[in-house]
Amino acid sequence: MASLARRRATDHIVKAISTAFAALSLILLAWILWTLIARGLPALGPNVFTRITLPPGHEGGLLNAIVGSLIQIVVALVIGTPIGLFCGTFLAENGRGTQIANVVRFINDVLLSAPSILIGLFVYQLLVVPVGGFSGWAGAAALAVIIIPVVVRTTEDMLNLVPIGLREAAFALGAPQWKVVTMVTWRAARAGIMTGILLALARAAGETAPLLFTSLGNNGWSLDMSGPMASLPIAIYQYAASPFDDWVALAWAGALIITVGVLTLNILSRLVLAKMK
Amino acid sequence: MDATLSGTQADQALASAHKPTGKVSDPIFVGLLWASGIFVLVLLGLIIAMLFEGGLPALQEFGISFLWSTTWNPVTEKFGAGVMIFGTLFSAIIAVIIALPLSFGIAFFLTEIAPGPLRRPIGVAIQLLAAIPSIIYGMWGFFVIVPLMAAYVQPPLIEWLGPIPLIGALFQGPPLGAGMLTAGLIMAIMILPFITAMFVEVLESVPPMLKESAYGVGATTFEVYRNVSVPYGRTAMVGAVMLGLGRALGETMAVTFVIGNATRMSASLFAPGSTIASTIANEFPEAAPGSLKLQSLLELGFILFVISFIVLALSRMLVRTKLKG
Repeated sequence: MASLARRRATDHIVKAISTAFAALSLILLAWILWTLIARGLPALGPNVFTRITLPPGHEGGLLNAIVGSLIQIVVALVIGTPIGLFCGTFLAENGRGTQIANVVRFINDVLLSAPSILIGLFVYQLLVVPVGGFSGWAGAAALAVIIIPVVVRTTEDMLNLVPIGLREAAFALGAPQWKVVTMVTWRAARAGIMTGILLALARAAGETAPLLFTSLGNNGWSLDMSGPMASLPIAIYQYAASPFDDWVALAWAGALIITVGVLTLNILSRLVLAKMK
Repeated sequence: MDATLSGTQADQALASAHKPTGKVSDPIFVGLLWASGIFVLVLLGLIIAMLFEGGLPALQEFGISFLWSTTWNPVTEKFGAGVMIFGTLFSAIIAVIIALPLSFGIAFFLTEIAPGPLRRPIGVAIQLLAAIPSIIYGMWGFFVIVPLMAAYVQPPLIEWLGPIPLIGALFQGPPLGAGMLTAGLIMAIMILPFITAMFVEVLESVPPMLKESAYGVGATTFEVYRNVSVPYGRTAMVGAVMLGLGRALGETMAVTFVIGNATRMSASLFAPGSTIASTIANEFPEAAPGSLKLQSLLELGFILFVISFIVLALSRMLVRTKLKG
């Protein structure tokens, strides 16, 4: 064995390197945020929120993209949240310990990390090809598929934190299962379940790949969900890769908006979770 | 008639007494719960079926050699997945190779070095890296990292390492900035939080007794980490790395911005390339509905799904077996 002095030296060196790595990851985070602020903030004028996407040189904004994103995300939440909530409840209540629940949980975990572009291709095949055109509905459906596994996972985790005794007490009073679940278990885990929905929302808000082949994007103003619909990530993607300076600047403004929104949602939900545990 | 109820009668009586209001609503509610559970299975089945069905004509046209054919020529309508599969694996492995030592170090820092009150905030900050959308990494990579690579990183590496036999093959070509290494680097930052978080979780599950015994015989912090904690959590940590790999394989937007999108194969780290995901994102807009190109893209999607499914499934099995015990 090496001498004590050498072992101590190794220990110090590894500790220094590890600390440097941790510092590096924080620097990277700060670097990304700084880039967004430095390039996005100057472009973040009122026109971003009041005007729609226009040809280069016309001082366009991102209004249609922001509204399109909001609509698709809300519809996706309306579709995805109940399914995710019920599936998570199934895993934590009815299926606990059964083989089928293990399979569902396994598949859900795989879906949670599955490439999101494939979700887009899947919905393209399922909803765009048969209908014959891109649509906001297809975009919302793709985002719903992104949302479901996140909600399933957090709902199950949160319901597992609810003490068994609470359920038993309700059952002992003669309550049927739907009452026990809706009025006792869900209520006890309410904050945690909401957190899961917020996290799912944050995830869906930044997704670009699933929207490429579903809602496609739209440079005009459209609230019609049965036609192509604009969204913030797609607008950013189009603009960032364009050769026009004012479009690239708008892309940075959009990137700043999305990132601030997503990070705020994440920090908020983490605060709620920390309080619960 | 007996004065007492038989066993089943008593059960029925009890059951009806206990569920006075749920006779109709309960089966519906429980049915909904089950249906939602089954829905997730159906969803996966549908995804696989849709991608397979969509890509089937391409598979029939080109046969199994689609998997390794390196031709991707929209003009002659000859398509093969070889370049993209290579690019997907190459860039994802670069990402893991870069992210792994960083994750080991950061997990060591978070579990053993950082003072108590700092652990959570630093841990959360690192997790925020995972929350930043993929497209933001793409823009940052394209506008900030690519020029830096082209100006400061690649030229000296090509000059110093390029002439060396064997490993020199990794450092060939013009310093374009965009390419395999840049894509791997950006993805490394993106998967780093996932790997680190699972490492920390595993390391925190190491029984204190084991670590204390090692400290008791005079081991240093790092020796305990290397010889006790890491071996204890080895299986789950391999699972964590697989999760990172699985995520990198399917990463789309960030890669599309920085990989250079060339459908050529090269062993060089600096050569532009393409992954399955980036090819789908890039070429889809130019593929007419029902065309052989679109079918080939769907077949690519199916291949990516199979690859990432296997990696993610393995990851999960490794993580679960260990954390349960």
